[in-house]
Amino acid sequence: MRYAGEKKFNIWTVLTLILLACFLMFVIFPIALLLIKSLFTGGQVNLSYFAKFFMRKYYWSTLVNSFKVTIVSTLIACIIGVPMAYVLRSIKIPGSEFLNILIVISYLSPPFIGAYAWIQLLGRNGFITRMINMLFHVKLSGIYGFSGIVLVFSLQSFPLIYMYVSGALKNLDNSLNEAAEMLGCNAFERVTKVIFPLVMPSLLAGMLLVFMRVFSDFGTPMIIGEGYKTFPVTLYTQFMGEVGTNDSFAASMCVIVILIALMFFFIQKLLGRKFTYSMTALKPIQAQYAKGGKRVAAYLFSYLITFVAALPQLTVIVTSFIGTINGSLFNGKFTLDNYRNIFAKGNTIAIRNTYLFGVAAIIIVVICGILISYLSVRKKNPLTAVLDTLTMFPYIVPGSVLGISFLYAFNGKPFMLGGTAVIIIISLSIRRMPYTIRSSTAIIGQISPSIEEASISLGASQMKTFLKITIPMMLPGVLSGAIMSWITLISELSSSVILYTNKTMTLTVAIYSEVIRSNFGNAAVYSTILTLTSILSLLLFFKLTGSKDLSV
Amino acid sequence: MGASITIQNAVKRYGKDTIINGLSLDIQPGEFFTLLGPSGCGKTTLLRMIIGFNSIEGGTFRINDRIINNIPTNKRNIGMVFQNYAVFPHMSVFDNVAFGLKNRKMSKEEIDRKVDEILKIVKIDHLKDRMPAKLSGGQQQRVALARAIVIQPEVLLMDEPLSNLDAKLRVEMRNAIKRIQKQIGITTVYVTHDQEEALAVSDRIAVMNGGVIQQIDTPARVYQRPANRFVSNFIGLSNFLPAQVHKGGETSLRFHRNGGYRISIKNLSPDVQDGQIVLTAIRPEEFVIHASGEEGLKATVQSSVFLGTATHYFLKLEDGAEIEAIQSADVWEQIPNGTMVCLRVKARKINVFTEDGSQALIVREENL
Repeated sequence: MRYAGEKKFNIWTVLTLILLACFLMFVIFPIALLLIKSLFTGGQVNLSYFAKFFMRKYYWSTLVNSFKVTIVSTLIACIIGVPMAYVLRSIKIPGSEFLNILIVISYLSPPFIGAYAWIQLLGRNGFITRMINMLFHVKLSGIYGFSGIVLVFSLQSFPLIYMYVSGALKNLDNSLNEAAEMLGCNAFERVTKVIFPLVMPSLLAGMLLVFMRVFSDFGTPMIIGEGYKTFPVTLYTQFMGEVGTNDSFAASMCVIVILIALMFFFIQKLLGRKFTYSMTALKPIQAQYAKGGKRVAAYLFSYLITFVAALPQLTVIVTSFIGTINGSLFNGKFTLDNYRNIFAKGNTIAIRNTYLFGVAAIIIVVICGILISYLSVRKKNPLTAVLDTLTMFPYIVPGSVLGISFLYAFNGKPFMLGGTAVIIIISLSIRRMPYTIRSSTAIIGQISPSIEEASISLGASQMKTFLKITIPMMLPGVLSGAIMSWITLISELSSSVILYTNKTMTLTVAIYSEVIRSNFGNAAVYSTILTLTSILSLLLFFKLTGSKDLSV
Repeated sequence: MGASITIQNAVKRYGKDTIINGLSLDIQPGEFFTLLGPSGCGKTTLLRMIIGFNSIEGGTFRINDRIINNIPTNKRNIGMVFQNYAVFPHMSVFDNVAFGLKNRKMSKEEIDRKVDEILKIVKIDHLKDRMPAKLSGGQQQRVALARAIVIQPEVLLMDEPLSNLDAKLRVEMRNAIKRIQKQIGITTVYVTHDQEEALAVSDRIAVMNGGVIQQIDTPARVYQRPANRFVSNFIGLSNFLPAQVHKGGETSLRFHRNGGYRISIKNLSPDVQDGQIVLTAIRPEEFVIHASGEEGLKATVQSSVFLGTATHYFLKLEDGAEIEAIQSADVWEQIPNGTMVCLRVKARKINVFTEDGSQALIVREENL
């Protein structure tokens, strides 16, 4: 929309072009490079790498493994998450706000920390394993491989399903429930015939996110999978082991992941379009006191599940205070040695980097988010539409693939960005961009254009209106979104682990490499710092927004 | 086919707050009965007690002599239309209306027949396969109504069903609701805070305030002979002027604070004492405006609003009270602001209450 007297080529066009150039450079160029590397060898079309992948069982079986793990984990996450959301929304449970926070926190920590914590509990030498072996005189060998991966992923993912379904239930007007009751439905039929179909679209959206997250996560199977290899693990080892020698094979595998992600993205879009209901609840479902057995069951269920979900965090925090033998075996004595190891010896570069990179990326994301959402909502034209579509690309590109493509594109001349902080900050920003832009677009959609028109009619220029009216009105929403982005960014592993050097190591990378080196004492301290940062940020978010609900 | 509803000594508490304390009510078979009152007066609470969404802390609720206190909602056979329609967004119009019938395990042919029939009655049979998102507010309201009555409930409840519609649609829908209710003869309890809507649709109105029923009467009665000051000002508008009773020969009222204008009154209750101070409630149209100097209440015109069929005058009396009077359009000239006038009162129409406004002192026409 152009106002009277506005030139066709103006400041907004310039901004659009600059942003467009950035996204072409940092999103399209690396991915195009991947595609070229996978398809062409020496200027000739060469599909042999794809053929190699699908001919050898060693490779394609990892894809099958990945699907198995992902499907089973997603289903278990639904089986836990959906009833959890329904119970907490419909039954009054003392301390439910506390449970809610614990569930959210267990979702926000990186999955591989869960994997390493569960090894501490259920692994070969795990705390619980040893107890069971002692009590029952058995020789359990711990949870590894398929079951271990599924355990970690399910517990890590159900909170996301919980949050999506809980959000949908909040928008469901109780009169729909009452109408079904008056028309002769009992409690069970009300859930199956009315409530479940109405939360289905949100459930599908949540399932897709879980699916993508689990499918592309490599830290967890790396740590707890042992012999059970999933696709991202193979991709990572292929790339890390054979940089320079077999770029094209790794590139082909990246293309395969992107295609799979794309497929699920469109399936979800298709299903989502078919069942979308706009609902706003005048009277949301009220949580009510349950009686007797129902009450006991509800309390037990919600507390037990939350406890199990929060157990990894708890384990990490407790073990950070337990002394170790050579850094790897916990000796059971409480001490601050682990913290001394980190802080007294000056191993704090990872902590500093995490805060620094996180803040820098957030600033970039917020500025781009505000600009792009403003351009695509208020200045609709073909150029801004292209920009809007481009910004959604990183949504379907898994982190490790983005990392690999960045290295291919910017490591050497002329960019020479390999090993710099810049490349990590950009990759973090790019990964978070789609989420921030979606939420900013929603925020700007709620601001009536007539407010801006009022400002212009009172003599302000468009730029002044944008700076003095639009941005201040968007800011509260954008800032609370930025805190959520911050929490997600500091727990990012999959692209940083590919792009880091010793100087640009972040907390998650440090935890990962300490775990791989069996330095569990240090890993526990780093994890505790990460968890505490997340919890404090989350509390800040709740304080600022005054709500207890999260949108992801 | 309508059923009677009898409520005796109903009590509703939320925690320690008592919302309704000992309310009793009789609704006749086939009657269109309205609960009218300001928001928070307990009308919706009472309605939700009838259908079973609110628990009943005391008293008995009967439908046709069957006590329903402990019958779950889905077994009560009561239909309800909700304020926000509550049309299931994931089902077509047909499926919405058929939903209750399917729960009653009817044959498919019978369901088809009944749904078609009811959709014709509410006049949306052409929208049978539409999804709710593609319906206007009025059409969704018709779906909600059809869905509630197709199950042939003994009683139909409506909770402010028109409050989400625009003004024009509201009038159209309320006429449609009344027509359909009469056509199928179902006992209906209707909740609203809109007095005009209540007057238009009801057979009888119960005016509620603070959890207590102030008056139950036909619309005309509630308007003409309100039971107390609250009702006379909630339904329509009244000017309240104190007056003194003079007995002997002919009973009269003297507006002692406004120049002693006297009107004779025939229908005052016999227990009123000579010299007692009472409160008169005079509706704007019960004043007649005369030129200054004649007999009546002396008043000054402050401002006026011309509304086509009538002109509303805002006037100030001698004692400073501000009142409103209506002059119908058969008088051509507008009275300019600042003019002194005299107001006469149509004594047969006005209402008289005790000084605190709690009790009517007029002998009602049927008792004369």
